[in-house]
Amino acid sequence: MPINYVLLVSRQGKTRLAKWFTTMSPKEKTKIIKDVTQLVLSRRTKMCNFLEYKDTKVIYRRYASLFFITGIDPNDNELLTLEIIHRYVEVLDRYFGNVCELDLIFNFHRAYFILDELLIAGEMQESSKKTVLRVITQQDAMEEEEAKEEAKK
Amino acid sequence: MNINGLFAHSLTDLIRGIRQNKKNEQSYIAKEIADIRLELRRNDPDLKAQAIAKLTYLQMMGYDMSWASFHVVEVMSSPKFLYKGIGYLGAVQSFNQETDVLMLTTNLIKKDLASANASEIGIAINGLSHILTPDLARDLCADLVAMLNHSRPIVRKKVLLVLYKVFLKYPEGLRLSFSRMKDRLEDPDPSVVSAAVNVICELARRNPKNYLSLAPQLFKLLTTSSNNWMLIKIIKLFAALTPYEPRLTKKLLPPITTLIQTTPAMSLLYECIHTVIAGGMLATTGSGSNAESANMLAATCVTKLRTFLEDPDQNLKYIGLLALTKILPSHPHLVAEHKDIILKCIDDPDISIRMRTLDLIVGMANKKNLTEIVKRLISHLLPINENDVTTSSSLNNGAATAALMDPTYRADIIRRIIFICSQNSYANITNFEWYLAVLSDLTNIAGVNVGESLMQQFMDVGVRVKSARSYTVQLMMRLLADKKLTEPTRTEDSNSMVLLAAAWLTGEYCALLENPETALELLAQKSTAKLDPAIQATYLQTMLKIFAYWMNSLQYSWNEEARQSLVEMVDLLRDGIKDMFSRSPDLEVQERASNISVILDIIAEHVPRTPLKIANSISFAPTMPKPPAVLGSLYPLFFNQELNPVAPKAQKKVPVPEGLDLESWIHEPVPEQEPESSDDDDFLNERPSRWGEEAVSGKSKKKGKKGRDQEDTKESAEAKAKRKAERRERQKHDPYYIGGGGDSPKSQKKSQDDLDVDSIPIVQLSMDGFAKPIVATRHPCRVCGRGDA
Repeated sequence: MPINYVLLVSRQGKTRLAKWFTTMSPKEKTKIIKDVTQLVLSRRTKMCNFLEYKDTKVIYRRYASLFFITGIDPNDNELLTLEIIHRYVEVLDRYFGNVCELDLIFNFHRAYFILDELLIAGEMQESSKKTVLRVITQQDAMEEEEAKEEAKK
Repeated sequence: MNINGLFAHSLTDLIRGIRQNKKNEQSYIAKEIADIRLELRRNDPDLKAQAIAKLTYLQMMGYDMSWASFHVVEVMSSPKFLYKGIGYLGAVQSFNQETDVLMLTTNLIKKDLASANASEIGIAINGLSHILTPDLARDLCADLVAMLNHSRPIVRKKVLLVLYKVFLKYPEGLRLSFSRMKDRLEDPDPSVVSAAVNVICELARRNPKNYLSLAPQLFKLLTTSSNNWMLIKIIKLFAALTPYEPRLTKKLLPPITTLIQTTPAMSLLYECIHTVIAGGMLATTGSGSNAESANMLAATCVTKLRTFLEDPDQNLKYIGLLALTKILPSHPHLVAEHKDIILKCIDDPDISIRMRTLDLIVGMANKKNLTEIVKRLISHLLPINENDVTTSSSLNNGAATAALMDPTYRADIIRRIIFICSQNSYANITNFEWYLAVLSDLTNIAGVNVGESLMQQFMDVGVRVKSARSYTVQLMMRLLADKKLTEPTRTEDSNSMVLLAAAWLTGEYCALLENPETALELLAQKSTAKLDPAIQATYLQTMLKIFAYWMNSLQYSWNEEARQSLVEMVDLLRDGIKDMFSRSPDLEVQERASNISVILDIIAEHVPRTPLKIANSISFAPTMPKPPAVLGSLYPLFFNQELNPVAPKAQKKVPVPEGLDLESWIHEPVPEQEPESSDDDDFLNERPSRWGEEAVSGKSKKKGKKGRDQEDTKESAEAKAKRKAERRERQKHDPYYIGGGGDSPKSQKKSQDDLDVDSIPIVQLSMDGFAKPIVATRHPCRVCGRGDA
């Protein structure tokens, strides 16, 4: 079930993360971001998390001040996508320890890396939180080692 | 992050700077980009990596970074893990299929794939999945397939998923590696299996037949696994497979039913129900027990869906409605049981839910619930008039009304109302007067321009339903007088097209009008000139019709009053038409206006302008002079015979009169002198039954032409004549034979036909012998009142 894109948007409409799993021209990308952000930000709290945009479905969920938005095909399972979003948020939370928007702003590349461990080509590759965290901590350890070697030089 | 350039801004600095400079963001960023360009030209890898990281962040904000693609590749090739990561990230965000430097990356990625470090492999694979081009796919396919047997499951997992992308760009690779992929289904690591299932599911959706062989394996996974994510994928996969393999349905029913009844996971439940519907497992055809279990399954599904609808969670409501809409075509009675809760959902403030409910309701409408449904839907449109938006207390209300005022939404509701009412030629409507009232309410409260549809509905109902005609005509009079329609303040919102219907109906059935003079006055008022030309044209025609009728009725009560009112009316109409319409830019309006004004001039000549002389007769009763003959002159033009709608099959029902044989020749055909050949015969044999194969027969026709010339001399005359007679026999009763489909046979035949035509005697046909047309229910051209044509 391919996810087409993942966007993280703040309440003021700023993009905090944009991951595209299909190739499109930059103009199309900006248009989609603009339209979808407008649609999602105008939703009230009690409304359901599924929207329709042109001929795709948009699933979103609000966590504190951030909106996690994904775009999927119309015949995919929406509840499953919500689960994927939630999984991502849980991993981020574990990694950063009580994650907030600032963490994501200043460590955006790590957010991307974590997302990469969770989704490849729009498909979920790993559903276990522990495994994902293990991989990311391994990567971090490698970076630290390299940095230490540099410093030694 | 331990990146330290000497004077360059680090990533954190950049971000902080942007946040601080909110007011002059553009100029700040422009300065930063200039700095980045300088940094990239230096040879320092640290600096470069940092610069690319900054650039990636800016790209996320919308600034283009494609000019730096070469530098990105440089950073990608860095030995340091962190830099490599940054480089790949930059590549992923900014490369697209046309980036030239992609060629440089092939070798780079190959090297990374062969690295000992699993994380490096991971990064490379990840990056690859985004920037795949057909070239890259082709080159790297072999490497990737070899890596399917890597020792680390992480790598195997990633490779599987990226292979899917590879196969999309380079389908050949699939054939080579399919067996290796299948093996991964048996992998000891569950995540690898899950990834394999994912890939196969996606591939199968595009081409299900190839994957039927995997069904047994997948079935085993379905029954043994407890990983919900994978289960959902497998079930989805089966939904794609079952249309091609009906026996699968039977095998799948038990496990899926158990899942539906036992699983606590909502998403799994939804997927099962979705598969069951989409995979056609609810089809009630087939053997008895199968149909029964299918029905039971359907009932279970619907019960579960009802629990969704009752749940306070909006999401569940949404998908509940979605699934019910899918089940509706096959089991409408099951859905109708839950009508009450569905109707409640219409009032939900959430617009997504409302749209889904609209879909569902449109499918569910029948005679009994139609009035209720339409009432509910109309009450949705009402707030635009009743609630004052500025005084609404809670935000919720405000948003709801805002949504209600959205013109596309309103137009959608109105169209749906019309759709459910007019289905099956109005099979669902018991009371047409109610429906007409609904339509006129819609005209008043619509707020959007749906004039076309409303107009068509009015005309349709007005013509077909005789019993409601008098009510219709009254309604139309009210519409004609409605100032909001005739003098709209905002033309794009108004529904003035309904005036066209109003005018036409009033004209056609003016016998039912109580007060024709008022109608004429309304039609001739000044505001008409501002309406759409089509409406004006209808108005003119209607004016003439009503005038003709009214004038005719004056004959029966001819007195001084009548004469005066006639004079006034004629003058009014003449002036009105001359002023407003004779110089209209629209051709149709101008033409009609000039026609009518000439007619009115002629009538005006014959109307006595002096007061009538009452001849006193002996019996003291004043005898009225005879009314001028002109009064009755126009009437026959319009009202001689009622124009009734005609059914499309009416012609066939006309009985053929006695003594008329439609099959016999009117005149014996002249024998043809054109020489034949066998090829020509074959060509003519083929032609009648298959018009679509003109091209084919064209070729054989060419052959036929040549063949004819050659074989002419060989055939004997008798054989030719015999064949000719046979052919004519065949073509006598052939409905498709028109005579002419190729070049020279056609031209030859044409000359023959010319001869034939000249020698046929001309027969006079009169209309007396034919029966009157049977009155049926299709009505004539409804567009611009050419009912008199």
